Amino acid sequence: MTTALLALQWSGRHSALDPFGPQAGRVHSLWQFLWIVAALVLLAVVVTLLLATFRRRGEAPEEAGPRTRSAVATAVAGTVAVLLVFLGVNFATGRAVTLPPDDALLLRITGHQWWWEVTYPARPPGNQVTTANEIHVPVGVPVVAELQSSDVIHSFWPANLVGKRDLIPGETASIWFRADSAGVYRAQCAEFCGHGHAKMALLVIAEPHESFDAWLVRQRDSARTPADSLARRGQEVFLASSCVMCHSVRGTPAGSRIGPDLTHLASRRSLAAGSIPNTRGHLAGWILDPQRIKPGARMPANALSPPDLEALLAYLESLR
Amino acid sequence: MSSRFPEVAALVLTGLLLGACERETRRFREEPPAAPATSGVRLSELEPGPTTPDIPLHNAYEDNAWAVAEGKRLYSQFNCVGCHGHGGGAIGPPLMDAEWRYGAEPENVFASIAEGRPNGMPAFGTKVGAQQIWQLAAYVRSMSGLVAKDVAPGRDDHMQKKAPELAAPDAAPRDSRSEPPPP
Repeated sequence: MTTALLALQWSGRHSALDPFGPQAGRVHSLWQFLWIVAALVLLAVVVTLLLATFRRRGEAPEEAGPRTRSAVATAVAGTVAVLLVFLGVNFATGRAVTLPPDDALLLRITGHQWWWEVTYPARPPGNQVTTANEIHVPVGVPVVAELQSSDVIHSFWPANLVGKRDLIPGETASIWFRADSAGVYRAQCAEFCGHGHAKMALLVIAEPHESFDAWLVRQRDSARTPADSLARRGQEVFLASSCVMCHSVRGTPAGSRIGPDLTHLASRRSLAAGSIPNTRGHLAGWILDPQRIKPGARMPANALSPPDLEALLAYLESLR
Repeated sequence: MSSRFPEVAALVLTGLLLGACERETRRFREEPPAAPATSGVRLSELEPGPTTPDIPLHNAYEDNAWAVAEGKRLYSQFNCVGCHGHGGGAIGPPLMDAEWRYGAEPENVFASIAEGRPNGMPAFGTKVGAQQIWQLAAYVRSMSGLVAKDVAPGRDDHMQKKAPELAAPDAAPRDSRSEPPPP
């Protein structure tokens, strides 16, 4: 039980049958309605079939023609009526789900093979927040996410909040959603995008207003030079090794934009786009041998001496 | 004999189709090498004692289209493009021609990337792992047609700047060290 709860803290909920937002709620009611109607139709068909099967032979009337015709007409009319009702309900749900509200929080999500880059645009631009594989949203506030892709088609799917939306290279799509209660929701890439597709998840963390604002302010900060001497050595290891070829830590010379921004790595719940929890042991395993955890990931294996790894872990854990 | 022809043809065709299923294995996870592969690379003709024979070294990634494509991705992501352009050269020498200042063999290219070269080529060995340097070396050689055509990249992910690597003519490597400097 505790393990399951702990797992929920870093892997999140992911079920379209467990809605936590207005759109997911509408989609869920639509699904329930379709399900019930389909079940009733199936029941009616089966009952009719059974009645026909067990009726005694001798009762078959001579004038079968008009009766058959009226039965077929009734069945066709019923089917068409049900389909028209489905069409109308689908249309109404689609309208209710897509129209975005005016006063929404804007964020940008860029899909990469195989992780999500997230930015919160701000004015002045220096206040822009960049993070990866995790978005924080305030509870009860509509959020508009602008979706882009840097390589192939991905699809953003936070099942508990809203349906899917594809990220198409060269285009900007957008989707809105609202989380009505605090929690951790998992979004999964829902369009096959290569080897790491299954391990390309994003956490949507819905939290009360005050903690969201505090989070946003913390994320604006650059990384400070650590006071601890081991972590300071770890920073030197970071800057002297292959990390800097792909990652950036704001406030240091590391500024590459190929991989996720690590300025606040330790504040995130998961590593490798929702593949593993962000703990010291998993982080060490990920740095040394990422291909075992997420085959095909763009992160190469790094051969570090034990003291260097120790120092690097201390540094990365100081990036709160 | 002639009545059997359709069955035989179908069998051969099925065999050919099945043969195309597994083109190659993507080697994501390499075992760490026991020793650096390039310890025998010579930069100079001068050396003490008897002349060391050149033992050719095969870069396994040159048989693997995925690895060469990875090299191509890294070539632009690590900003090789910044100096060498898309092979035509700019600040750095061109890579799609036949001329090689420091040798055209895979181990020479590896050493040039890992150790750097005078007059501007940085040493990437401390910042880029051996696996990625071998992928880059395979891609660099594909630019002058030194890698098999079924392995060399056939298209760009972006707007095409030049003919794809698989269409590169095989430029027989020429060692510019042994030639007199241009007038």
